[in-house]
Parts: sequence; structure tokens; C-alpha cells
Amino acid sequence: MSAYLGLWHYHACIVLMMVGLFAVISRQHLVKKILGLTITQVSVIMFFVAMGKVRDGTAPILATMEAEAVATAARDVDYSNPIPHVLMLTAIVVGVATNALGLSFVVRIKASYGSAEEDEILAADHETSKRESAAL
Amino acid sequence: MRMRENTILRVAAKSLLPFFFLFAFYVQFHGDFGPGGGFQAGVIFAAGVVLYGLIYGVDAAKAVIPKPWVEVGVALGVLIWIATGVATMLEGGRYLEYGKLDVAHPVHGQHLGILFVEFGVLMAVASGMTLIFYLFAERGR
Amino acid sequence: MDVPVEAFLFLLLLVTAVQVARLRDLYAASMMTAIFSLLSAGLFVLMDAVDVAFTEAAVGAGVATVLSLGALSLTGSREAKKRGQIFPFVVVTLTGAALIYGTLDMPHYGDANAVIHRHLAPDFIRGSAELEIPNVVTTVLASYRGYDTFGESFVVFTAVLGVILMLGTGKGAKP
Repeated sequence: MSAYLGLWHYHACIVLMMVGLFAVISRQHLVKKILGLTITQVSVIMFFVAMGKVRDGTAPILATMEAEAVATAARDVDYSNPIPHVLMLTAIVVGVATNALGLSFVVRIKASYGSAEEDEILAADHETSKRESAAL
Repeated sequence: MRMRENTILRVAAKSLLPFFFLFAFYVQFHGDFGPGGGFQAGVIFAAGVVLYGLIYGVDAAKAVIPKPWVEVGVALGVLIWIATGVATMLEGGRYLEYGKLDVAHPVHGQHLGILFVEFGVLMAVASGMTLIFYLFAERGR
Repeated sequence: MDVPVEAFLFLLLLVTAVQVARLRDLYAASMMTAIFSLLSAGLFVLMDAVDVAFTEAAVGAGVATVLSLGALSLTGSREAKKRGQIFPFVVVTLTGAALIYGTLDMPHYGDANAVIHRHLAPDFIRGSAELEIPNVVTTVLASYRGYDTFGESFVVFTAVLGVILMLGTGKGAKP
């Protein structure tokens, strides 16, 4: 058990991820689903950033430009890994843009169905298809 | 519209706004040396416009930053990226090989290229976020 | 010893996340999401990701909250009723257990000998010094992974295009 104790940061991220996923699949209101998606997204970002952390390391902003000193610091892993930071930094901004796209879909759905609750939308769809098959 | 009578918010927002935009540009141009860069600066810039729009009304915000500007800005941001890549190709390098922008000093060329593309990111993100805010606000009335 | 600080922040994050899932007043849930973003920015600073923390604070607590509040004003802010929660709970528990099983052979948190810290990252750090740019994240973002960032700008452009198509109020819009 204690062999896995060093992984608790990852496990905490996964628990948060699952709370977000629960909000996505168990709630009816579409905006609530998108809020749950935001929680999941931030938790995934947290998971990636946690992998880039180096114990006793510091933020990847160089203290000196001296080639020799930087090479030593890079070999001794004095700086945390910048690669997950870069990937996640862009993912956050893209995430808010795609979230806005999702919210605009919800607004349009509300405009045409008169409701943003999932079960009412499904019931309206069911009603329409039943009416269409009766007309045939 | 009740916001219009809220004196404390109006005064506080107005005195904070210059620092918002100043901070956005500081983050943009200091991004090489400290935390920051085009993405953060763009979002901070857009947040400033959003704050102004929330407190003084979207029409007031549109008088400062007109909607056609931001519509062009999103496309222009991406175009700056493409133009930088094409410029390096014209100089004989590969796409986005910034070193070729200054043949005598490749390091200086890299700085120049990073400056250009970060500006492209700033344009795309700031205009994009502002435009999304305008669209949601227009829908609301 | 910074582990207790991180544990405390994770606890606060868990409380806010559960509140987001539980609250039926969606305005309150949006504000809880903003708090979640802000707390996670604090956690990112502890994990040395200052750039990510900066972005998350500006995006999560600034722009994203305003957008979700704007959407709520158009869709109604009250969640009508709940449905059965047993099945979602089972699904979530199984997924979480599978993911945790997947982490068990990962290198420990903060392990300097992990593979990802040994290969590409030192090259990037040395390269950033050669380019005389102190912030390694900026170098990697704009130069080493320029194509990636170019693609991300394009994704923002495409998403904005999508929002214009969905909500546009030009001539002949509004069904």
C-alpha cells in the first residue's frame, strides 16, 4: 500500500475528474452538463501538470543564461518539466472557446425546443418522430 | 440595466480599467522573461472589455472596441501566424523557422519570430473572447 | 514539507466540485465553477506551473464565468428535477477505479528520474538559454512547438466561427 502513497496527487485528480463526469451524466440541465465538463477539463489539466512536477524543482524560468550553469541545472533536473505546461496552457484557452461553442448550442436548443432540460428535449423529439410516422 | 445606477461599481471599474489594459500589454511583452505570453495577455485584454461591457452596457463597449474590429481581429491573428511562416519560407527556411528572419543573427531572428507569433496569438484570443461575449450579450436582449 | 498545503487545496477543490454537481441553482453552480478554477490556479503554482496558473485564473474566474452566466440568462437558471443517481454513480466509480488502476505503475509524483524529465525537457531548457529567453515555456510554446500553437490558434478561430454561426445576429438571423 505504501508503495502507492507517492501517487496520491494523481488519484486526487482522478477523484475530481469523476465528480465532474458524474455531473455530466447524472444532471438534466444542459448548462449544468457543461459546468461538469469544465470541472473534468480542469482536473485533466491538473493531472498533466502534476506529471511535470519535479520534487525540489522550481518553475521553468531560467535564473541565469550561462550555458554551463544551465546545462548543469538541466542535467540535475532543477526545473520542473515545461512541456506539460505548454500543452495545458493552450488547452485551457481552447477549452474556453469550445465551451463557449457548447453554450451557444444550448442557447439555440433552448430557442427551438423551449427547454434546456435533457428529458424534455428527448420527449419532444420522440413526439415529433411519432407524429411523422403517423403521417406516413 | 440596474447596473447603470450602481455608482461604486462604475467608479471602481473606471479607475481599474487602464491598469487592466496596461497589465495585458505588460504580460504580452514581458512574456519572454516571466510568466505570461499571448494567450494570457489576450484573455486579460478581453476580460477588461467584458468588465466594461458588464458595467456600462454592451453598446458602450462596442463604441470603444467596435464589433467589426474584433471580427477582423480573429482572422488577422491567424493570418499573422501564416504570414510569419510564409516569410520564413521566402527567406529560404522551412515553415516557421524563425532563425531565417535575420540571417546574420539567427538568435535575433528567433526573437523576432516569437514576437510576431505571440502578437498573432494575442490578436486571435483577445478578439475571439470579446466577440463571443458580444454575441452572447446581443442574443440576450 | 508542502504536502499538507496541497492536500488542503485538493480538499477545497473536492468540496467545490461536489457543490457544482449538487447545487440546483445554476447561478450558484457557475460561481462555484469560478471558485474551482481559482483554487486550481493556486494548486498549479504549487506544482511550478506558473504560466498555467496565470491562464487558468484569467480564463476560469474571468471570461468563462461571464460566458456561462450569459448563457444561463438565456436558458433559465433553475434545474427542474433530478433523475436516478445510482446508475451514474456506478459508472463513475467503475471508470475512476479503472483510471486509478492505470496510474499504479506510473513514476511517483515529483520523481526526478521519471522518463519524461530525462529526454526532451533538458534539451528544451538548454535551447532556451541558447536563444537567450529565460521563460522556457514561451520558447517551447512559440518556437519548438510552433506548429502546435499555430493549430491551437486555428482551433480558437474555428470555435469563434462556430459561435458566430450559432448565435449570429446579422441580416436574416434569429429563427
